[in-house]
Amino acid sequence: MKRMLLTWNKEFYRILAITLLVTVSSALQFSNSIVAAEPPTVPSDVLDAQSQRVAVMRRAAAATVAVFGLDGGGGGSGVLISPDGYALTNYHVSSACGDHMRCGLDDGRMYDAVIVGVDAVGDVSLIKLLGRDDFPIAPMGDSSQVRVGQWCFSAGNPFGLASNRQPSVSLGLISGVNRYQYPAGTILEYADCIQTDAAVNPGNSGGPLFNMAGEVIGINGRCSFEKRGRINVGVGYAITINQIKSFLGMLQSGRLLDHATLGATVTTDESGRVVISNILSSSDAYRRGLRYGDEVVGFADREVNTTNTFKNILGTLPKDLRVPIQIRREGKPQTLLVRLAGVHTAKDLNKIVAMGLDGQPDEPKPKGKPGDPKPGEPKPGEPKPGEPTPKGPKLGENESNEAEKETSDKAPEVDPDTGKLLPGVPDKKLVESMLELRTGFSNYYFNRLKRGQIAEQLTSLGDLSTVSSMKLKGKLVGEATRVDILVNGEQMDITVGSRRSQYKGDISDIIAERRFGSLAAAVRAFKELLQVGPEKIGESIYLGKLPVYAGQSTQLKDQVWMDTIETLWYDSRVRFSWDDNSKQISLIEIFGDDGTDPAEVYLDRYKQFTVDQRSYTLPSRLRLQYGTEIAMVVDVEEIELGQSVVDAAKPASASGSPEKSPIEKPAEENPSVDSSEGKSDDGSTRNEGSKDDGKDENHD
Amino acid sequence: MIESCLKTCWLRSLTILLFVVTTGLVCNFAQGQSSQLGAVQDAVVSSDLKAVKLYGAGGLGLDHYQSGFFVSAEGHILTVWSTVLDVSEIFAVASDGRRLKAQIVGIDPNLELAVLKADQPPPAFFSLDEAEVASVGDRILAVSNLFGIAAGNEMSSFQKGVVMTITDLKARRGNFQSVYQGPALIIDAMSNNPGAAGGALISLDGKLLGILGKELRDTSANIWINYALPVSQFKQSVQSIISGKTIARTTSIRKVADRPATLATLGVVLIPNILNKTPAYVDLVQPNSRAAKAGLQSDDLILFVNSQRVSSQSTLVEELSYLDRGDQVVLLVQRGAELREVVIRP
Repeated sequence: MKRMLLTWNKEFYRILAITLLVTVSSALQFSNSIVAAEPPTVPSDVLDAQSQRVAVMRRAAAATVAVFGLDGGGGGSGVLISPDGYALTNYHVSSACGDHMRCGLDDGRMYDAVIVGVDAVGDVSLIKLLGRDDFPIAPMGDSSQVRVGQWCFSAGNPFGLASNRQPSVSLGLISGVNRYQYPAGTILEYADCIQTDAAVNPGNSGGPLFNMAGEVIGINGRCSFEKRGRINVGVGYAITINQIKSFLGMLQSGRLLDHATLGATVTTDESGRVVISNILSSSDAYRRGLRYGDEVVGFADREVNTTNTFKNILGTLPKDLRVPIQIRREGKPQTLLVRLAGVHTAKDLNKIVAMGLDGQPDEPKPKGKPGDPKPGEPKPGEPKPGEPTPKGPKLGENESNEAEKETSDKAPEVDPDTGKLLPGVPDKKLVESMLELRTGFSNYYFNRLKRGQIAEQLTSLGDLSTVSSMKLKGKLVGEATRVDILVNGEQMDITVGSRRSQYKGDISDIIAERRFGSLAAAVRAFKELLQVGPEKIGESIYLGKLPVYAGQSTQLKDQVWMDTIETLWYDSRVRFSWDDNSKQISLIEIFGDDGTDPAEVYLDRYKQFTVDQRSYTLPSRLRLQYGTEIAMVVDVEEIELGQSVVDAAKPASASGSPEKSPIEKPAEENPSVDSSEGKSDDGSTRNEGSKDDGKDENHD
Repeated sequence: MIESCLKTCWLRSLTILLFVVTTGLVCNFAQGQSSQLGAVQDAVVSSDLKAVKLYGAGGLGLDHYQSGFFVSAEGHILTVWSTVLDVSEIFAVASDGRRLKAQIVGIDPNLELAVLKADQPPPAFFSLDEAEVASVGDRILAVSNLFGIAAGNEMSSFQKGVVMTITDLKARRGNFQSVYQGPALIIDAMSNNPGAAGGALISLDGKLLGILGKELRDTSANIWINYALPVSQFKQSVQSIISGKTIARTTSIRKVADRPATLATLGVVLIPNILNKTPAYVDLVQPNSRAAKAGLQSDDLILFVNSQRVSSQSTLVEELSYLDRGDQVVLLVQRGAELREVVIRP
């Protein structure tokens, strides 16, 4: 009976197949005849537009990255923004994938990638793909020009579909701009973001949102999910590329970045005005004159008319920026330039990132199914990051070894003939050489790299490595009053007219005094930096590119973004900022105690000074400033260096001092400088390191 | 020297040429955007002015917000009739951020639509007379405040789509628990989300095509359907509600009857009245009572009594009090997905 049934079934299917074949072929003939009779006509401009779109999307897809963990787990997207391999993705992607990622491109190849910088609050990570210097890139657009109703497309690796590395592309409409999506705790805040109905699914996270010119206008990272589970419901959110541009120069520093806080809160009053409802007296905003009840009408070059707008703008700004806040007090408008503090303490931020996104230490993660809300995430119904589903445990130390063993059991990793890694095998050695973990950093390697580059730039100003003292002679701008500044070891003197002030000891006391002594302290910091370089003046870190207020326009857009190094210098923190083009230090800021204004010294009008037949490029104008109040501006007319000053000005203290001897030595011979570099890198505390260096420089 | 200068010049001109070509291409693409996909920004700007974000009752898993749009210069707002409206005062936030107070003017229980009136005139409105008829294949935009993303003067959300088919919702009766059984525009825009109901369906040039329907799920397949009611289905009803408003009776001129009808005289027990706006759900019907004879059943939701809308148990009790015990009472009730008329005879 069974057999009969089977036979019957077979027969049935045979008949069915024949019938189908006949039907299909006749249908084909039928349709062929239609096509032959009436070929469809598509207007040529439609076809042109289509081929244009295809070309744009092809270029965009080439720069789109599929991001995976080393073990193939994780799974998100990214986009290449520089030919040497820098790419943007989401923090919640890089966090799930680990510091060593594997990235697939449209060309079908896999590349190793390493974490560079992390902005956990903004859910952005900068990674670097390795192995090429000619990666295809996507140009960055201007997201402030994005309007609701414009067309756009997303590209990426939804549901980990890009197993052939080729990204999925989805056309959509800009559904909304200036959207605000609440953070999960204090991180993953989407402020002023773009809403689109282009498909953004789990796995699209970190991938680009393009305008129709193929420019990146945002990084997709979040969706509103509800009843349908973790799939697109026509509402995806992208972090604006303009927000990322503000962080980009800092992401390259390999640091864990923080977002900004004003130190004040705003509310809408009964007449609909946005007013300051609370302000910390220790904040820079308070010191600049912001007060309770002030009406806020503008912030960071943008108009403010609701508290939401204010929140949106603030959410896109990095810590340490100086932004204008336009207020109205008793009907009178004024603009204050305010330095923004961080949302987190460095310690908290470090803890949050170290904990990972599950609220547990960043270690192996449980397997999850699509649709399963994860512990610690917002409940279903609330928007949450479009997080990719981790496919396997994240790589810890042990897992790494195991994975290695496993692969080596299965297939050889190295070509026996050439000794090189076979294609498709992760280059763990290379990535490890580019990965340095340190508190406060996502990858300290890149910080060190940048500092090295900057130290090289400094040498172009002239060799000051053997100089022990420096004397600047000049006068107040527009006045006949003479100003002399002398720095020699710990001694800082400044003479304005007939009044001479001498300083020694705690730098923070000098800064707190808010007098001319700060100028002498800045000159000392400048001299020591040029003498020993950023590695040895104190424990230095590269902050990245920060906008520098040049003293005229308070507009953020008029500020120049400059490389900035921060150094723990004696009992203070000093920031040196320099211009990329001129390679000259333009600003020295010395921060004393918390809650006090730093002294800002702007160095300008660099020119050639000839001292003892040697040429130096040094500033001829110095401006001392606290906040936006200018304390003094000095034109430097003459500079004296080294022993000549010591001899002339302070013969008594110079006698018996060993300071003279190294100056007479040739500049090349300075082995002790090298050895002290090694010392300060050994992890001695910042203060100790800097003091030692100070001694070196004086007694060498 | 001259040679190197020439070389530089040549390189420079090449760079300029490349630049021109590149910018030309980019400009082309940017312009191409309008020709290839149609510029919809004008439609977006004009229709956003007409959209409203509505806020009312919610909680216990029910959303307290939905969408709507202005349909008259006097401030009439069209939206879906839902639990969100179960408050005495609904807040309607206009596109300019104004927070208007709105009240229900009337509802159409067959369409599950409600007409509200705001206390201030709108920035702009859709004229139902100027609405257009959508056909299958037409490109559309769905305008709504889904997920309550926008607040204050922030723009509503816009989603793109195509009319996939026009069909009777009735065709899926039994699966989709819809009161409305008429023709609907089925669209591929993901409009069926919390808060989207009551939003506008517009053409790419900003003409009104329909209203986004309430959330609807196929119970067997667990699929949500994205649909809109075409203007032709509700135009007449909405216009009559708007015009009827001027002749609407007010409670002040009505008098409580000498022998008022009560729930007890009808034999009806409602669910416990614990809220201001407890809906008039029948808990049980006394056996052999007038209501039982008329066929009223437990779990029926009483929507209308003698053509007067019942928004809560208290309004039902009030409406009954105007009737004499001997009067005939006509109830419109919702039973499951169906509307039924129940005539309680003396």
